[in-house]
Amino acid sequence: MSELLIYVKAFVVGGLICVVGQILMQTTKLTSARILVLFVVAGVILTGIGVYKPLVDFAGAGATVPLTGFGYTLAMGAINGVNQYGLLGALSGGVTNAAGGIAAAILFGLLNALIFKPHAKP
Amino acid sequence: MNQNPIKPDEYRRLVARMTPHSRHLRGCFRAFWVGGLICTFGQVLNALAECLQLPEATAPMFTSVVLVFLGTTLTGLGVYDRIGKYAGAGSIVPITGFANSVCAPAMEFRREGIVLGTGAKLFTIAGPVLVYGITASIAVGVVYWAIRGWLM
Repeated sequence: MSELLIYVKAFVVGGLICVVGQILMQTTKLTSARILVLFVVAGVILTGIGVYKPLVDFAGAGATVPLTGFGYTLAMGAINGVNQYGLLGALSGGVTNAAGGIAAAILFGLLNALIFKPHAKP
Repeated sequence: MNQNPIKPDEYRRLVARMTPHSRHLRGCFRAFWVGGLICTFGQVLNALAECLQLPEATAPMFTSVVLVFLGTTLTGLGVYDRIGKYAGAGSIVPITGFANSVCAPAMEFRREGIVLGTGAKLFTIAGPVLVYGITASIAVGVVYWAIRGWLM
């Protein structure tokens, strides 16, 4: 039961974070690029003030898969970097922690752009 | 015949008040279930990463790497744009949407060359996201460094 519960939590919390984005898009005419920037920065700040980590502990992928989770990865990296290496760790920690996702986006984005032809917008 | 006739401008105001409401609700519902489903799939990948017993350093990135791979590939196949049209923010906010925003402009500007077309446009949206995300994380790190002693 508790194993199933984490999937329900991930579904509900992840869905609600997406609804926040949908409401922002419908009420403020923010473009998708601004939504993405806003969510990453919001994730960084919420992690910084200690609000986001409890949410990750509660909802798992429901909190880490949305872009706020990318901000969480960056901020946790910076904080761990400071713990390990002092002030300069703030520079290296965030990117180090998020490096896998960033590199994957670049590699797979490039490969797909080279393999596929652009499609007509639906 | 009609007990309570309604004036045309009154009717128009009523329509203006009612219509966007239901459209907004529908958009939110679609964003909720599609976004929630992507996150649930992420949770499945988390469980898979645990099963595979990946080394501690690479286990946390397994889910995001797989989701990014799926996001870019579905973009390449032209499927993700269709999901996006249906789900709105439900397809933009998850990390697959970030992957889509990396891949889509790179594909579209291929004709402008491999360096200044594909190479540069990979970062049309990812660039700002990284600039402000990384800057904010450094700020958090520096503030944490400054008040760390005081926190303990």
